[in-house]
Amino acid sequence: MKNIIEGSRAVALTIKMCKPGVVSAYPITPQTHIVEDLARFKADGEADYQYLIAESEFAAASIVLGSSLGGVRSYTASSSQGLLLMTEVLFSIAGLRAPIVLTCANRAISSPINIWNDQQDALTMRDSGWIMLYCEDNQEAIDLHIQAYKIAEAVKFPVMVNMDGFILTHTYEPVDLPGQKEVDAFLPAYKPKRGFYLDSKNPASFGPFVTPTTYMEQRQEMFGDFIGSKTVIKKVAAEFAKKFGRKQGDGLVEYIGSGNEDVVLVAMGSIVGTLRESKKGVNFGILKIKTFRPFPDEEVLKKLSKAKYIAVVDKSISMGAEGILAMELKRVSCGRLKGRIKSFVVGLGGKDITIGVIEKIVKEVKKSDDKIAWVYPE
Amino acid sequence: MPEKILKHNPLFNPGHTACAGCGQAMTIQHITKALGSDVVIVNATGCSEVYSSKYGESAWGQPWVHSLFENSAPLGSGIAAALHQRGNKTTRVVVQGGDGATFDIGFGLISGMWERGDDVLYICYDNEAYMNTGVQSSGSTPHFANTTTTPAGKKNHGSQQYKKNMIDVALAHGLRYMATTTCGYLDDIENKVRKAMTFSGPRYIQILTTCVPGWGTKEDMAVDLGKLASETGLYPVLEYIDGALVNKMKVTKPKPVEEYLKHQKRFIHIIKDPERLAWVQGLAKRNINKYGLDK
Ligand SMILES: Cc1ncc(C[n+]2csc(CCOP(=O)(O)OP(=O)(O)O)c2C)c(N)n1
Ligand code: SF4
Repeated sequence: MKNIIEGSRAVALTIKMCKPGVVSAYPITPQTHIVEDLARFKADGEADYQYLIAESEFAAASIVLGSSLGGVRSYTASSSQGLLLMTEVLFSIAGLRAPIVLTCANRAISSPINIWNDQQDALTMRDSGWIMLYCEDNQEAIDLHIQAYKIAEAVKFPVMVNMDGFILTHTYEPVDLPGQKEVDAFLPAYKPKRGFYLDSKNPASFGPFVTPTTYMEQRQEMFGDFIGSKTVIKKVAAEFAKKFGRKQGDGLVEYIGSGNEDVVLVAMGSIVGTLRESKKGVNFGILKIKTFRPFPDEEVLKKLSKAKYIAVVDKSISMGAEGILAMELKRVSCGRLKGRIKSFVVGLGGKDITIGVIEKIVKEVKKSDDKIAWVYPE
Repeated sequence: MPEKILKHNPLFNPGHTACAGCGQAMTIQHITKALGSDVVIVNATGCSEVYSSKYGESAWGQPWVHSLFENSAPLGSGIAAALHQRGNKTTRVVVQGGDGATFDIGFGLISGMWERGDDVLYICYDNEAYMNTGVQSSGSTPHFANTTTTPAGKKNHGSQQYKKNMIDVALAHGLRYMATTTCGYLDDIENKVRKAMTFSGPRYIQILTTCVPGWGTKEDMAVDLGKLASETGLYPVLEYIDGALVNKMKVTKPKPVEEYLKHQKRFIHIIKDPERLAWVQGLAKRNINKYGLDK
């Protein structure tokens, strides 16, 4: 049954159905509604997780790291400055292989301070070892959060579910919210194996001091496991599609178009919805990146093999380089794609991305220069 | 009694890489023994983490975890919450860190844990500087102490700051149990740890632990210096339950501070300086008066 609810509420209700044992967070716009709802469910006796008030995002991330290593399903959420404040803990969480799920309500970062949406916050964390999923709309936010726990607990990596701040978090959309029974059947209770959590009956040391003798080997092993999680992400997506009757690509990417388009626009998150709208008038293909980390190299190469002009539409910028997704596309394509790749930066700090902006991109992508293009609405 | 000291403690195994004569490692021996096996230890970054956990050779017989320098308090909160959710009613959480982790970088996070009232015992090994990184000053470094960031030079006399009073800070949080002691009193350490474990909720124990290279002492002085720190009045040994002072180590005839300072190179520059010695003597006197150690 479809309900018209706010994106944040949809996420909070979904998290409640995923039955975490511990929730801890710190308020920041535009993430706040999610954690307020979770506190409310607890206060009304609708949920039996522990809700720990944190005095900062750094504390919240550390609390859920503790509870996750303690063997309990754990949840946190943040945005922007909050996510950046967590940075050190985020790397530690990944290295300690704690299967935490974090919602990032994507927001611009300071300075100058700006509370509106872009995707700079999470992309700055791309090297941390978190699986990074991106939602196009609130239905996908519901679906990906359920999948996130399943993926995280199978591969023992944390998962960050990204949804554009305000555009998704504060928007009321019709969504199909699954029932508790369906979620339980897809996502059974979390039972970590002996030796994989802190247990006085089976004492083990977590997070020891590692010398040059094995540090690099351990990082390489982590890298291998991380890349390997792509198979699980795809498997979970397929299982989800079968059980819930909703399919959004293969879990890693989704191609929208015939596959024969000369011009392909590559993007992540809610902007894909705008691209779908714009496509009604102009002919181009869309490659939606659903999983940014680990990056779906093979899938991207396959989908872009026929494209002549590839426009990467970023809501982020790596200072001194270009759009962050564009850099990624260039890495993947190197010597393997014949299409030209151009970096377009749009929508920073909540700047509108209109159909006019998209039309401009489609026009400009055929210009044979390698300059980064900053595109503004009329 | 070397046989007693060398008796194998399977909760903190030998072969770790602490300096010979480290007051902190000796203290950990006694703490682990007093805690028993049904605990989870969370360790902040610092000497204790480095010398005890080398990959493949962990000294720990209790479940042990290290994440970062400053986040062990909230990690402990999360673990306590997880134990509760799992219905585990016996395993307790102990967080430990140096004075740098406690007085400085983890300070706000410890305050947060105390505010929440989490069932965690926090133990601070107070060696009065950042030893693991090579003796830089911390908020716990005593006035005049020479460290690599408060060097005694031609124009100054070591640290110009005063040791932060964590006792008062801890008490202001309304802790169930709060105690200080030193590595001069190994039985007292064990007793206080055992006593702390009879309470639930937030608890804090701060232990002065000597450091051979950081203080510039001989390797066999840990116990003696631990005692002298208390006997001079410089390190009050106290015990509070629900904010009330229930026990104190009396200092009725305080030893002159020189007796404590003269064994430590970090104070060598003031040992022949009557004016500054008198100043330190004044700090000891202030402690004695503040906590009524002479009564
Ligand atoms: C965020 C961060 N800053 C700095 C460091 C470097 N560092 C590691 S241990 C340490 C000092 C530890 O001092 P203390 O807590 O007093 O413990 P001790 O080594 O004296 O036992 C420092 C500065 C770090 N690991 N993390
Ligand atoms: S440097 Fe000091 S605290 Fe660290 S191991 Fe050596 S004696 Fe112990």
